[in-house]
Amino acid sequence: MQNSMLETETPTPTSLGTATVRLVVRNHPGVMSHICGLFARRSFNLEAIACLPLDDGTRSGMLLGVREEDRITQLIAQLRKLEDVLDVRIDPQGREAFEAVREYMA
Amino acid sequence: MFQLTGAELIMRLLERQGITIIPGIPGGANLPMYDALRSSKIRHVLARHEQGAGFMAQGMARATGRAAVCFGTSGPGATNLITAIADAKLDSIPIVAITGQVPQAMIGTDAFQEIDTYGLTIPITKHNYLVRSAAELLDVIPDAFRVATSGRPGPVVVDVPKDVQNARIELEDFPEPGKADAPPPVRDEEVAHAATMINSARRPVLFIGAGIIASEASEILRTIAGRTSIPVVSTLLGLGAMPDDHPLYLGMLGMHGARSTNMILEESDLLIAAGVRFDDRATGKAAEFCPNAKILHIDIDPSELGKIKQPTLGITGDVGSVLRALAPRLHSTQHSEWLDRVNELRGAHPLAMPGAEDLLQPYGIVRQAAELIPDNAIITTDVGQHQMWTAQAFPFSWPRQWQTSGGLGTMGFGLPAAIGAALAMPDRMAVCFSGDGSLLMNIQELATAAEEDVNVKVILMNNAHLGLVRQQQELFYGRRFHASKFHAEPDFAAIARGFGVAAYDLGESTDPRESMAHALAESGPCLINVPITREENVYPMVPPGAANRDMIEGESYAKQYA
Repeated sequence: MQNSMLETETPTPTSLGTATVRLVVRNHPGVMSHICGLFARRSFNLEAIACLPLDDGTRSGMLLGVREEDRITQLIAQLRKLEDVLDVRIDPQGREAFEAVREYMA
Repeated sequence: MFQLTGAELIMRLLERQGITIIPGIPGGANLPMYDALRSSKIRHVLARHEQGAGFMAQGMARATGRAAVCFGTSGPGATNLITAIADAKLDSIPIVAITGQVPQAMIGTDAFQEIDTYGLTIPITKHNYLVRSAAELLDVIPDAFRVATSGRPGPVVVDVPKDVQNARIELEDFPEPGKADAPPPVRDEEVAHAATMINSARRPVLFIGAGIIASEASEILRTIAGRTSIPVVSTLLGLGAMPDDHPLYLGMLGMHGARSTNMILEESDLLIAAGVRFDDRATGKAAEFCPNAKILHIDIDPSELGKIKQPTLGITGDVGSVLRALAPRLHSTQHSEWLDRVNELRGAHPLAMPGAEDLLQPYGIVRQAAELIPDNAIITTDVGQHQMWTAQAFPFSWPRQWQTSGGLGTMGFGLPAAIGAALAMPDRMAVCFSGDGSLLMNIQELATAAEEDVNVKVILMNNAHLGLVRQQQELFYGRRFHASKFHAEPDFAAIARGFGVAAYDLGESTDPRESMAHALAESGPCLINVPITREENVYPMVPPGAANRDMIEGESYAKQYA
């Protein structure tokens, strides 16, 4: 997923970002808009996204492939401010999950 | 057990939050709420445009520090509120906007007056809700107030479909009112580190902003500045936190600050940034801001630390709590060498106020009016040259005295904000300094002012221009003036009278000072039109994008010191 209006260069099509961020969020119909809206509003680069309900469905897990080397601290601080975001962590293993999804999508 | 409709429940929950006044406008999708409002203790103030209602709520919130509420209907009601909500987000003002929405069964059908209020308000709120059942209101309404007032304050939108307003709900008891979360604990090791930085600095400056006012930290700030002899500079929104006549107070920094203030920052070796966000109008080119200073940044919002400038030490916390913990660790110092240098620069490069004695010139209007306005009056402005002249020249002395649209820079803010301030504090006067461009953007609220008979005085600096646009075209666009002059010049005094508001035109007065004194002495709303020179500029000025050291000063400014 691209903030295409804000891009200055075209990333390689295989890019999954420079870091994988794992979120636990409240599961309701607007939560994806809040996350994606933050990326658009702050012009953070989002390369990949996966979202699944967890447990009884009141929470969701989200995996974000982001391309933000210099601003990753700022990105995480902004994500933590969202009311619907319950947990934020960098998860290097998330890349494997994205690779598996990519294989499926290929 | 008792039964209520969703709309009745909203009113009861708002009453329990301590809400006594709600500005707003009814329409199809929020009529159940207005029906419930009729039998509520809450007083409704009928605005004439939802943006006016939103700014009235802001005026109440800025005056009191407590969250205020406004109402709008679906569709255009919600879109009209958006500017006021976005303005509250950028200036961290706690408001709760409650909008009607089409019934849930019709959401997504492009129903009459349907708009995706939830989607539209995501980027301009701290948080927002689309309420899906009356039972959800029990959580959402208190939570909206908790979110609006916790940590860094801000706006919250609650969108309520009409069927949720009409639904009946049984309950045994009301939930507890929402209140602000406790601020994060102050960490001793951070305070100790900060104290070491401050105690070992030789040329420190306190750089304060709206966070000082939001956290009610003016007292402790004054104590610390006094004990440590550290000079204080303020952002636009921090005005009032330090009294204008305090010997250590250097006024506003940045784009229209005194040259000496920006020069002093240039020489500082420690910037104590307290409740500020390093806005570009304050810092100029951020990379060249305070090039010789370590930065100690204290803010309640962790995402502000390092967003623009990487601090040497960043402390996430309530700025008042942190300053109170810091105070006993700070050495009592004179900083005589540094203050000598500060005073030398202040003497050499003060803020010039040409015409300060002349009631028909911008600085004169502000200074002369300030002498006539009661000390406890609330001062609002619109956006433009008059705003900067007021910020530079008005002798602010207490926090929450000053309301202006800082971050969003919204023309049209001043009049409805003043009405809100006067509604919240009916024993005080609210004075709106405005310009002819700005005032027209929400002039319909003169009708509200007349209807509510609020003690609001509009002092209109009338130059028949978008003055700050004209100024930029003169200075940075080779004098290629375009679309900045108003060729039709409305008779503002006649317009005010047409709304039922008393009006004075100082251009036609034989004794302008007497006329202004008379206007300010009467109760109720009035408008004072003051024609000013059309080509006057605000100086000094940092060109947009330039470093603060590269201020420019105009001819009239230079003449003062030639």
